[in-house]
Amino acid sequence: MITNTPQVPSSASVSKLMLHVGYALVPGTLAYVWLFGVGVLVQILLACVTAIITEGLILALRKRPVAQTLSDGSALLTAVLLALAISPIAPWWIIVLGTAFAILFGKQIYGGIGYNPFNPAMLGYVMLLISFPLEMTNWPAAFSLLEQTPTLQTSLDVIFNSGLGVDTVSGATPFDAIRTQLAQGLDIPATLISSDYGELFGALAGVGWEVVSIGFLLGGVYLLLTGRIAWQIPTAMLGTIAILASVFYLIDSTQYISPLLHLFGGASMLGAFFIATDPVSAATTPRGRIYYGIGIGVLTFVIRTWGGYPEGLAFAVLLMNMAAPTIDHYTRPTVFGQGKG
Amino acid sequence: MKTASHKVFNFHGGLLLDEHKSISTSKQIEQAPIPAMLVLPLSQHIGVAAKPCVAIGDNVLKGQLIAKADGRVSVPVHASSSGKVVAIEKRHVPHPSQLKSECIVIETDGRDSPVEAEYTGLTNYHSLSTDELRQRIQDAGIVGLGGAGFPSHLKLKPNGHHVDTLILNAAECEPYISCDDMLMREQAPAIISGLRIMQQALHAKNCMIGIEDNKVEAFAALQTAIDDSDDSDDIEIVRVPTRYPAGGERQLIYSLTGKQAPSQGRPLDIGIVCHNVGTAAAVHNAIIEGKPLLSRVVTLTGSGIPQPRNMHVLLGTPIDDLLEHCRANRDDIGRTMIGGPMMGFVIDSTTAPITKTTNCVLVTHQRDVKKPETALPCIRCGECADVCPVNLLPQQLYWYAHSQEFDHIQDYNLFDCIECGCCDVVCPSRIPLVQYFRFSKTTIWQQEKDTEKSNKARQRHELRLERLEREKIEKRERHNRKKAALKKEPDKSEDPKKAAILAAMKRVKDKQVATNISPANTENLSAEQQRKIDEANARRAEQNKDKNGS
Repeated sequence: MITNTPQVPSSASVSKLMLHVGYALVPGTLAYVWLFGVGVLVQILLACVTAIITEGLILALRKRPVAQTLSDGSALLTAVLLALAISPIAPWWIIVLGTAFAILFGKQIYGGIGYNPFNPAMLGYVMLLISFPLEMTNWPAAFSLLEQTPTLQTSLDVIFNSGLGVDTVSGATPFDAIRTQLAQGLDIPATLISSDYGELFGALAGVGWEVVSIGFLLGGVYLLLTGRIAWQIPTAMLGTIAILASVFYLIDSTQYISPLLHLFGGASMLGAFFIATDPVSAATTPRGRIYYGIGIGVLTFVIRTWGGYPEGLAFAVLLMNMAAPTIDHYTRPTVFGQGKG
Repeated sequence: MKTASHKVFNFHGGLLLDEHKSISTSKQIEQAPIPAMLVLPLSQHIGVAAKPCVAIGDNVLKGQLIAKADGRVSVPVHASSSGKVVAIEKRHVPHPSQLKSECIVIETDGRDSPVEAEYTGLTNYHSLSTDELRQRIQDAGIVGLGGAGFPSHLKLKPNGHHVDTLILNAAECEPYISCDDMLMREQAPAIISGLRIMQQALHAKNCMIGIEDNKVEAFAALQTAIDDSDDSDDIEIVRVPTRYPAGGERQLIYSLTGKQAPSQGRPLDIGIVCHNVGTAAAVHNAIIEGKPLLSRVVTLTGSGIPQPRNMHVLLGTPIDDLLEHCRANRDDIGRTMIGGPMMGFVIDSTTAPITKTTNCVLVTHQRDVKKPETALPCIRCGECADVCPVNLLPQQLYWYAHSQEFDHIQDYNLFDCIECGCCDVVCPSRIPLVQYFRFSKTTIWQQEKDTEKSNKARQRHELRLERLEREKIEKRERHNRKKAALKKEPDKSEDPKKAAILAAMKRVKDKQVATNISPANTENLSAEQQRKIDEANARRAEQNKDKNGS
């Protein structure tokens, strides 16, 4: 079995792929740390340690090669993505619980990398969001942090001592604010200039959020240009969100969020380039990936606009994960010689 | 020649690979020495093996027919040098299965004395009918020299199709292999001449030569040869971008014409026939020179060969002899392969000979043989689908191959896979995809064979049951008829048994009367005879009494 063709040296490897995805996360993450505090790094660290311990433990229980499997980097990537998705001031047990859940129930229970039908990070995120809505929606406001950057000590206090004695301005995300205000009958232009929330919004979208989004966009473009992710999913997803948002914004700009805010105010960029493109749980045919991206775009927009949660991306990804096998089945490419010659 | 640059169509996928070709193209093709032993397999082609027509101990001459073609889908084998047949037995042959196969072994005498050809070459082959051309090509033992080894005369028969274009495959896209390249550089006129002969056999309207754009010298040589031949308006030479597998038959046809040969059919179905340049040269030698196929150009290359090169090698030359000739250090050899690194196969025994389809012997130094890596699970990244020249979904095929779901894998067009190996090379999980596909194909073939077998057995069994049933019914009917016949006779005594006995006795009597034969001569006796019989009976009774008494 082992001595057969092709016998051509190849440098492709899963760990290399994961490593480059990790590199691509750097600009967005740095911006995130700069604008939202060093707490982000604490969360990432907590997530990584939890992921390694959980995955290592399960692998040992399943009698699988621990070191080799851990070195593929996929568990770490899941951990980092989940850490980036939760609030930097969430208590420590949130990220520990979420990461352990993601690794255990999102991945290992199905047989480990390659066999998970759902994106593990998003599964962990949704579990946390449903179980602990308060902790999950309490975000620091970037503008206040700009004035008074929290030290490592304050961040640790917030995360490990539930913020006792720490005076951090915390509040809602831009989407949250608009949703709350709309529910109270205040339209969007009014919210953007209101005394309570006006400071949340910047030139493009939300203060801080827009810079972080641009960081993730840069990383995503790097992955696209180096051919490490397929172009179809992010293009279709962002395109769909942009088109839908524009149409509704043009219909009624007082009730619908602007396309720019949609693209740069939430998790769109992180989701489009780093979460929806997780190959294991995504559609795998070229045409299928377009439908998959469109599906995530539509669902994200629908949930953000009319759903019960301010950010619908995680739900959209999980729902499309379920649809991926069916999409693949119906989008098989025409095999050479079977089409019209 | 048409000068306008031809549009080239790009096939899906493919890979840019390190070529490693220039290491073997620096010197001219060298003549390999006559080996002490020639091992000539009877099956060097696809189809029925040739039948030996020499016996052990026979002296044979160079070019002599030693095994005849067995039917239409077969080609003969000729002695590639003079000597004595010393064995007809199973030997190692270059085949991925590593199994031995029937060979004629000739101990050479070094004189290389040629046989008188059964027909001589002719320059004016135009007078030959297409059937005669094909016959001569079959008699010369020519098969596709690109590697597949399909008998060429069959591929030169249009079978009622109109052949629009004859394509000469000069792409040679596999890394390391350079035998076609060197042949084109050195024997371009012969190739063009062979192309013309093939064109006539097929009544092809146009000819195209597809060559990868990395073969600059070969391209120039072919172009010169075309320009030098008269009336060359219908030959077009097209450079295709160097991208593996540009030389795959269907890929090349698409690159040149934009037409896709149907997946379950042949290129002939769309009016195209494709031959290798080496085959064209062999056809030229057979028709113009009257020489059967006795040697071929072989690339000896790889890090295990001190000076990689191309050689004219007599068919049947053991690979060992070539390695020795090239001064390859046996202890350094890590792996010997036949063919290129993408689609070739590893051989265990280097005693195997060069055959008609051996285009390359790739010897890798042991320091360059990497240990196989453990495959990780597929992450469905889809890189494989991006490079697949047939537009398959290898990640899905792998899924079904892994779980041995052979129905599904065929839905995903497993049998369209050309095993080019592109998917293997790009797989980040290092899954040996092609091996999974080969395994699945052979398993499915085996299953089909088994099904066929069991179908036949079942049919046989059903027929037997049917026969038994029929016999039973016939027996019963016979019985009933008999019964009915008996019943018809009026029965006086009412006892059916008695009546049957009576009837039987009557029948016997009737028969006796009819045939006039008496059962014994005890009737119509004379008085004298009767007396003698009585006496004899009395004597016998007396004896029996004594016997019983004693």
